Amino acid sequence: MVNLTIDGINVSVPEGTTIMDAAKSVGIYIPHLCYLRGINEISACKVCMVEIQGKQKMVTACSTPVAEGLVIYTSSPRARKIRRTNVELILSQHDCNCVTCVRSGNCSLQTLAGHMGIYEIPFKSQVTKAPWDNEFPLIRDSSKCIKCMRCVNICDRVQNLSIWDVQNTGAYTTISTTDNKPIACTDCSLCGQCITHCPVGALKERNDLPQIYDVLADPNKVTVVQIAPAVRTAWLERIGMPEGIDSEGRLVAALKRVGFDYVLDTSFSADVTIMEEGSELLERLPEIKESGLPMFTSCCPGWVSFLTKKYPQLLGRLSTTKSPQQIFGALIKTHFAEKTGIAPENICSISIMPCVSKKREAALLTMRSNGIPDVDIVLTTRELVRLLRADRIDPTTLTDQPFDSPLGDGTGAGVIFGATGGVMEAALRTAHFVVTGEEAPADAFKVVRAQQNDYPDASANSKVVLGDDDERRPPVRKECEFAIGDTVVRTCVVSGLGNAAELVEDILAGRASYDFVEVMACPGGCVAGGGQPIHDNEEWGEKRSAKLYELDCERTLRRSHENPLVKRIYEEFLDKPLSEKSEYLLHSDHVNDGNYQ
Amino acid sequence: MSRLKVETPDQVQLTVERLYKDLERHIVASPPGLCPVDLQLSFLKVCQAQTCGKCVPCRVGLAQLQKLLEDVLEGRATMDTLRLIEDTANSITDSADCAIGYEASHMLLAGFVGFREDYVHHIKEGCCSVHANHSIPCVALCPAQVDIPGYVALVGAKRYQDAVKLIRKDNPFPTACALICEHPCEARCRRNMIDTSVNIRGLKRMAVDMAHADTVPVPEKAAPTGKNIAIIGGGPSGLSAAYYLEIMGHHAVVFEEKKSLGGMLRYGIPSYRFPRERLDEDINAILSTGVEVKLNTRIGNNEGEIPFESIHNEYDAVYIAIGAHTDKKIGIEGEDSKGVISAVEMLRGIGDDIMPDFKGKRVVVIGGGNVAMDCTRSAIRLGASKVCIAYRRRQEDMTALPDEVEGAIAEGAELYGLKAPHHIEADENGNVAALWVEPQIIGPIDAWGRARPIHADVDLLRIPCDIIVVAIGQGIESKYFEEAGIKIHKGTIEALESSELEDNEGIFAGGDCVTGPATVIRAIAAGKVAAANIDEYLGYRHEISCDVEIPAPTLEDKRPCGRVQLSEIEASERRDNFLHIENCMSEQEACQEAGRCLRCDKFGFSSLKGGRNTRW
Repeated sequence: MVNLTIDGINVSVPEGTTIMDAAKSVGIYIPHLCYLRGINEISACKVCMVEIQGKQKMVTACSTPVAEGLVIYTSSPRARKIRRTNVELILSQHDCNCVTCVRSGNCSLQTLAGHMGIYEIPFKSQVTKAPWDNEFPLIRDSSKCIKCMRCVNICDRVQNLSIWDVQNTGAYTTISTTDNKPIACTDCSLCGQCITHCPVGALKERNDLPQIYDVLADPNKVTVVQIAPAVRTAWLERIGMPEGIDSEGRLVAALKRVGFDYVLDTSFSADVTIMEEGSELLERLPEIKESGLPMFTSCCPGWVSFLTKKYPQLLGRLSTTKSPQQIFGALIKTHFAEKTGIAPENICSISIMPCVSKKREAALLTMRSNGIPDVDIVLTTRELVRLLRADRIDPTTLTDQPFDSPLGDGTGAGVIFGATGGVMEAALRTAHFVVTGEEAPADAFKVVRAQQNDYPDASANSKVVLGDDDERRPPVRKECEFAIGDTVVRTCVVSGLGNAAELVEDILAGRASYDFVEVMACPGGCVAGGGQPIHDNEEWGEKRSAKLYELDCERTLRRSHENPLVKRIYEEFLDKPLSEKSEYLLHSDHVNDGNYQ
Repeated sequence: MSRLKVETPDQVQLTVERLYKDLERHIVASPPGLCPVDLQLSFLKVCQAQTCGKCVPCRVGLAQLQKLLEDVLEGRATMDTLRLIEDTANSITDSADCAIGYEASHMLLAGFVGFREDYVHHIKEGCCSVHANHSIPCVALCPAQVDIPGYVALVGAKRYQDAVKLIRKDNPFPTACALICEHPCEARCRRNMIDTSVNIRGLKRMAVDMAHADTVPVPEKAAPTGKNIAIIGGGPSGLSAAYYLEIMGHHAVVFEEKKSLGGMLRYGIPSYRFPRERLDEDINAILSTGVEVKLNTRIGNNEGEIPFESIHNEYDAVYIAIGAHTDKKIGIEGEDSKGVISAVEMLRGIGDDIMPDFKGKRVVVIGGGNVAMDCTRSAIRLGASKVCIAYRRRQEDMTALPDEVEGAIAEGAELYGLKAPHHIEADENGNVAALWVEPQIIGPIDAWGRARPIHADVDLLRIPCDIIVVAIGQGIESKYFEEAGIKIHKGTIEALESSELEDNEGIFAGGDCVTGPATVIRAIAAGKVAAANIDEYLGYRHEISCDVEIPAPTLEDKRPCGRVQLSEIEASERRDNFLHIENCMSEQEACQEAGRCLRCDKFGFSSLKGGRNTRW
């Protein structure tokens, strides 16, 4: 242990602890801006400067480890002065029109300046406005960028995509796409991790709310909204609801209050995904075993985009099953339209997703049935929150409402799609029944969950392959083997595109072999998606996935094939998984998906 | 009222003078990869501040040029802007009254030619074409990319063994480089911005003196691959490649034509600069990896030689690192007189302990490079009665390190600057009697910024002597290899950046035989590059790394502090023997010197991009 004094308080912390963490351990908060634990530790903003007694030079608390006997002042006159100057300098290059900023109220710079009482900036404003492709689902506003470099590092180090780079030198240094390519021509997967890790409003999703208001105003349009599993875990976070309130029913009620006609649950189409993808896996298994190459899940469009651009030779290994969003969209414009008697062209299919990449997925030319798009508008969780806020809807005053029928409800298996490992677990629950004709306990495959490292289960061999990097990334790989009937199924779950890239390299080099692989582009899965509410310097993925698993436990039906609505749609409409109709509506040939290019 | 007064600089002037010096040092330490147009703009601002303001072109023109450059940098310029910049600069050049104006526009126009592409990139692409590359300056400038801040910190922490291990990750000749490296790493050391560069070589010397290389175990080898690689030439480049290939699990066989290993380190550098036993420390460590050595073995078609063809067939890959060991002729009358010897010949003999008899003789060394100084100082040690250096330019134009020139002078050498060798006079027995030189005056500066000597209107000068050593450069013995099908260009082997030979699969080449005579660290770097690419060529991807943990930077303030220099044995003590002349620093000095390092591996751009390479 190292002993030191911070602001007159004696502190004892393990060697290697930073001054910032040491201060935090005794309740002293040192302001900071660019720092992102494990990812962006570059001490660039110089906001966390502290003074060490006897030293002329001040140090950054975020990057300087403690040393025995140091006497540190975090708010000495010099520290205050320097911190203030640096924040003023940052503000001089920041567009301070906060009222029109999406991050107003959740902006680290705004908070910092507010807490420091900066009401005027002594420097001349030097705000640059670089052009941007505003059609693209990811928007960069250079006038808001404070060059903290977090986007560069999260894309480089966590997602291995290097979309962002430092451009120019000297005072002209800024952030741009690598080689200044138009963003639509880059390999951007739209995972949105740069957005959720941006401390200010420089990165955001394309605002699709104006389209929502247009359809709500159109008397000829019937609005049908689907809500992804991960959205329900997060939509109240920034509204500040007390814990333990069932937010699913309230979310339905809130959306009805906004004026949407039908509110459905994407968990239902996730159940359909399982029926299709599970059947596809069993059908492809002999070929998988023979080739030694796995089938990859295809429900994450960030991952599909990544594979399209980086490893097009593996596109044939993707499941052809569409994602739950697209399956639901296709069913809404066909079966749902038939059942309700609404003309498909009068339906506006809207999905609310924890994801930015879904905006692009919905627009792909392959994601259409009978020539019309399966999904018309995609909103992120953050846009949903803005939508409710605009109408001043107070969730505490709402009473729960059920999802609409037909096609309303999903099982627990559909709900856990939002967490890394969820698709795999849901698929295994159903695969077991299809192969053996017997139901396995719903928790039998819990071991595939990323955080579940010590779950005793005799039927599975599991191994967690950890990376050598840092604690912020989830386990690099979760490998399991299950004996289902006479077959051993070798599964693997990864999240985060950096982890995925390593996995793909290993598979291509023959260092790893699996039967079925689940990949989610965002570290931790959709719960930590790029469209989720932002909590600067905090990762809420685990908290949210715990909520999903709670919801799964609370459901009476926890296996996709048990869903009566699913059974009925196969009886009435689709016939059986992989039927001709299913193939037409619910599957897509990713190989010919030119739109990602 | 007094008619005259004694001018003394006031406080303002004194401060400005000091700032000029600060700026000079700041510029010296400029990191690579800066936007050249932005720099140009800054230079222009300095020039404008020097303007007295009398004349239009300088007063107004330089200001307008700045605005135009700002337009380029801020995305407001078109190709017309470039034409306007060029025209304006040209008219300033032609019409400015004094050098303040016309030299400012000269600088601008030089940039216009030198990095026009970047101007155009700014205009067409809206950004700079140069990539931010402010990585660690010393590492960036070291051809072998040795982890300098890492071993400097280790020396500061008195962890000498670890320092040697860390150096070896990129350079298996820590001792050689500690003693005789030309230390390009020090050139742009960021410490220059505070006072002067860190004595990096001196700190490496501390490491290898406190932990001799042959006492520091080499890293564990990878599993044997069964691949055999022939290395032609046992100098620094060949041995470096052999070392890394062995670590990677391959087997390296070195073919050396001479009696001992070391190449120019043994046969080019005299032992007073690099004692043989110190060279053996590096070589023994390298050989401890299992490198096989075949001495006195020449590649060729003559009897007792091994044809290249058979080596190529027998081995999985070949690395040619034969160095540059032939002498260059000076081409003047009387060159074949008895007593005229080449530097290569002289130093090669000394390398094999065959000392030429210079006792009581008058020796003239022709040349101004490091080899000329080595010959001069060796001749003094061999007992010559008088040693002088004949050189056609001035002392400051010599390519030898200034320390070497001064060392030679201190030991008694006489310098005949601006004396171009004209012819050699021999006596009736054909023995050298004198060197006739043609006095020169220094003349115009050439395109590379070097002043050219021109003929002086005076008579030839006679320098009586018994021995003439010609040290005007070395060549490569490339003829045999050319016949064996290796491409030779202007006397050197033509190899790609990867050290592969185009159209010769499995053959690699590097070191002096590719670059022409260069520094030891460049030869080592070439060996490292070859090892990596041979490994890749053989279908592997072995990584070389070092698990030594590097100390965190200390919290000490970086106050200006003098640089510790390595002292030398006094000239009178050292001039009659071949004992090592340079002393190591003390532990106190080493700790202070290591503490001067600004740790660019932790602070600055490297914490964002291009930081420490822990493996290759």
